[in-house]
Amino acid sequence: METLFFVIVSLVAIVSAILVVTCRNPINSALSLILTFFCLATYYVMLDAPFMAAVQVMIYAGAIMVLIVFTIMLLNIRVNASKSQTHKVLLGLLIGFFTLLNTAVIVFKSRVALPNGPLTGDIIKQQGHTELIGRELFTTFLLPFEITSILLLVAIIGAVILAKKKI
Amino acid sequence: MFDYVWLIPFFPLVGFLINGLFGKKIKNEAVIGAIGTLAIFSSFIVSCLILVEMVGLSPEKRIFEKVVFPWIHSGNLKADMAFLLDPLSCVMIMVVTGVGSLIHLYSIGYMHGEEGFYRFFSYLNLFCMSMLLLVLGSNMLVMFIGWEGVGLCSYLLIGYYFHKKSAGDAAKKAFVMNRVGDFGFLLGLFILYWWLGSNHNIWTINFMEIKEASHLLPYGGVVTVATLCFFVGATGKSAQIPLFTWLPDAMEGPTPVSALIHAATMVTAGIYMIARMSFVFIKAPETMLIVAVVGAATAIFAATIGTAQNDIKRVLAYSTVSQLGFMFLAMGVGAFSAGIFHLMTHAFFKACLFLGSGSVIHAMHYALHHEHLHDDAQDMRNMGGLRKAMPITFITFFVSTIAIAGIPGFSGFFSKDEILWQAFANPYHGSVNYILWGTGAVAACFTAFYMFRLVFMTFFGDFRLNAKVKEHLHESPLVITIPLMVLGFLAVVGGYIGMPKVMGMLPNYFEHWLDPVFELANEYGATYAHSGAHNSHALEWGLMGGSVVIALIGIGIAASMYLKNTGAPAKFVAAFPTLHRAVYNKWYIDELYDYLFVNPCKAFGQFLWKGFDVLVVDGVVNGVASVVMGFSGIFRYMQSGLIHNYAWSMAFGVVVMLGYYVFK
Amino acid sequence: MENLNGYLIISAILFSIGTVGVLTRKNAIVIFMCVELMLNAVNLTFVALSRHLGNLDGQVFVFFVMTVAAAEAAVGLALMIAFYNNKESIDVDDINLMKW
Repeated sequence: METLFFVIVSLVAIVSAILVVTCRNPINSALSLILTFFCLATYYVMLDAPFMAAVQVMIYAGAIMVLIVFTIMLLNIRVNASKSQTHKVLLGLLIGFFTLLNTAVIVFKSRVALPNGPLTGDIIKQQGHTELIGRELFTTFLLPFEITSILLLVAIIGAVILAKKKI
Repeated sequence: MFDYVWLIPFFPLVGFLINGLFGKKIKNEAVIGAIGTLAIFSSFIVSCLILVEMVGLSPEKRIFEKVVFPWIHSGNLKADMAFLLDPLSCVMIMVVTGVGSLIHLYSIGYMHGEEGFYRFFSYLNLFCMSMLLLVLGSNMLVMFIGWEGVGLCSYLLIGYYFHKKSAGDAAKKAFVMNRVGDFGFLLGLFILYWWLGSNHNIWTINFMEIKEASHLLPYGGVVTVATLCFFVGATGKSAQIPLFTWLPDAMEGPTPVSALIHAATMVTAGIYMIARMSFVFIKAPETMLIVAVVGAATAIFAATIGTAQNDIKRVLAYSTVSQLGFMFLAMGVGAFSAGIFHLMTHAFFKACLFLGSGSVIHAMHYALHHEHLHDDAQDMRNMGGLRKAMPITFITFFVSTIAIAGIPGFSGFFSKDEILWQAFANPYHGSVNYILWGTGAVAACFTAFYMFRLVFMTFFGDFRLNAKVKEHLHESPLVITIPLMVLGFLAVVGGYIGMPKVMGMLPNYFEHWLDPVFELANEYGATYAHSGAHNSHALEWGLMGGSVVIALIGIGIAASMYLKNTGAPAKFVAAFPTLHRAVYNKWYIDELYDYLFVNPCKAFGQFLWKGFDVLVVDGVVNGVASVVMGFSGIFRYMQSGLIHNYAWSMAFGVVVMLGYYVFK
Repeated sequence: MENLNGYLIISAILFSIGTVGVLTRKNAIVIFMCVELMLNAVNLTFVALSRHLGNLDGQVFVFFVMTVAAAEAAVGLALMIAFYNNKESIDVDDINLMKW
């Protein structure tokens, strides 16, 4: 049952990913990408990480994709029918194929460590994923957390300055 | 007093430094001259004190080595800055400092008004220091420092009038020829050091240590090679065949330089070197023969050239080369003390002759300058009858000329006669002795001839330029004439300390004084001497008389041709035009050397410049630059500025690297 | 976890598709979207392995990746707007002022 569900979601994800790459209209690419994000959120739920799924939808599908759609519409990009949208397609496909091959070989030939970490699916369901993530974030990973906040500040200022007409 | 021997070269060094560094600011000529003269005079006082002390010691004790500071102690090589005092070096320091002081005094007057006055005195002091290092050095390295130093100072002083191209050329010629000789000296030094070291484990360049080890040296063989190399060095420094052509050209320097360096001191360095290494030279009979033959040949060769020259200093220059030939002849036949004796008397009368000629040239310059004429002040054909205008110069000059001609009673007679006798009677060279004696006798005849030719043309007869010039001629000041008088006096009496035994009047002090230095050499020589010396007194008196007769013949011929302004010289030249042209042009030796050595060197230099430096060196350097530029021209296409290019390269790189590790 | 290989393969496929998109498309915003796709594929790997190993470090890392992606989106889009103001086009082949 679960496997079937997994296969369906995978197909949807892969198809929408291919659509992202191949659509001529950027709005269509954006919409396909949103679909891919939703599929990934589903994956996270299947992986006992509901908080990550929520965050994925909120940030990626909610903030980043909205930003991208706004930009496409703001710049009023017309799809020029005559000019080609791609170049070197075959070579690109080749590179993609080889990347896939390498990664697949690594995945199948490698030995993964044993799943004997402290958290099992039951504990996560019992204690609440959000609480667990929060605890990790604010104790072990406090420093990166604070630095990330500064990073966001820098990004805001950078974005404002870069897009201004007159500094 | 022996402990203070280091003061002897130290005083001139101080004089050099003071005059060299501050001379330009001290504008007062008297002060500069006084510093220079006092420096060398102080060395003379110290030398006198040392001599007095040495006379008081018994002969075996007359040897002292003073180590000033230990210098090179590296592996097997041990060379200290050390000075050696023995009878031979005593003689040399007395000659160098004594004659040097007089010439310094003379220069104060002669170089008056010259721009660069201080430069002259500082170089002169530097020269004296180097020469004193040379004669006092107790090992070959210190001697070599002095050897090179005198060569350098010779260059600096010959090229003193550096604005004149001829002076610069003469200086370079002297230096280069000296260098060729120095190479020989070094080779000899290396061979000796190496042979004694590798065969007997005696690694030394100290003279006394080599003397003690000299019994280990073989007769002939490697010693012949080493001594020949040393002799090449001596020919360069002392202007013998084949390296003599620099000395006449060196007359471009001021006259005091010619007197000091090219008559009394530097050119005698070669003689001194052979005397110092007498115990090595005597072990190589072939070298001794070559030394004697070269000496005799140079003596007669230079004497012939001197008969035809017209420049007063040129005549004296060739005379010096000829007299040096006599000294080498003495060395070559084993008469070491006779050679040193002639060195001493030659220093006296030759310095006096040069200084006297300087006085004459000085007066002629002044007189011609006042008449606004530009004739050559050094050409004897412009002089004549000067003895009335310059009495003191004339008397001292005349006395020295008699000495050099070998007239009995004057110093030159005793020394030259001793040499000729030893050339005839030495036990080393068999029947070659007669040829050596004959060549020496003929050279002596020529010497008398051209020296008296010089005196007659300059001081006797009528003045050859107009009378108005003659009115301006006058005697030189005291500062110039006092050294002349002192040297003239020495030229007369200086020989009496070396009177030969056969004359029976005075013992031969000089030979006894130098006995301990050369007795080892005589010992070695006795082992292969053959047909013992003809020690018959009658023969000695006979030869003595013969040399006097020869001298008188020379004087007579000169008198008949030049005493009155007859046309005899011109007729002689007309009768033998080719011979005269060859002799006048110095037998075309300079042209020969140009053809053999100078022009090939120049051509090689041109080749190295145009061919090697421009093509190879510049080619390599420029080539490297072009290669770098070429490669950068290829590599700059990697930074295209297009995003996709970068993305492509990144992706491609990732795939390749991953692929390598995955499929390894 | 028995499905780990599956998740990893899916992630690899999404990553490769993203790579093809970056190398092939000419529109700058589409390239950006493909980069986001690649990042998300990696996020999936992180979470899958974190679940497999029973450790929360992978998920916290995903958290930070998302943050950085957001910041990058902001700045990158601002850059593209600035570029559009200059050249009236967002074709990456037109960004060639530094070309030799």
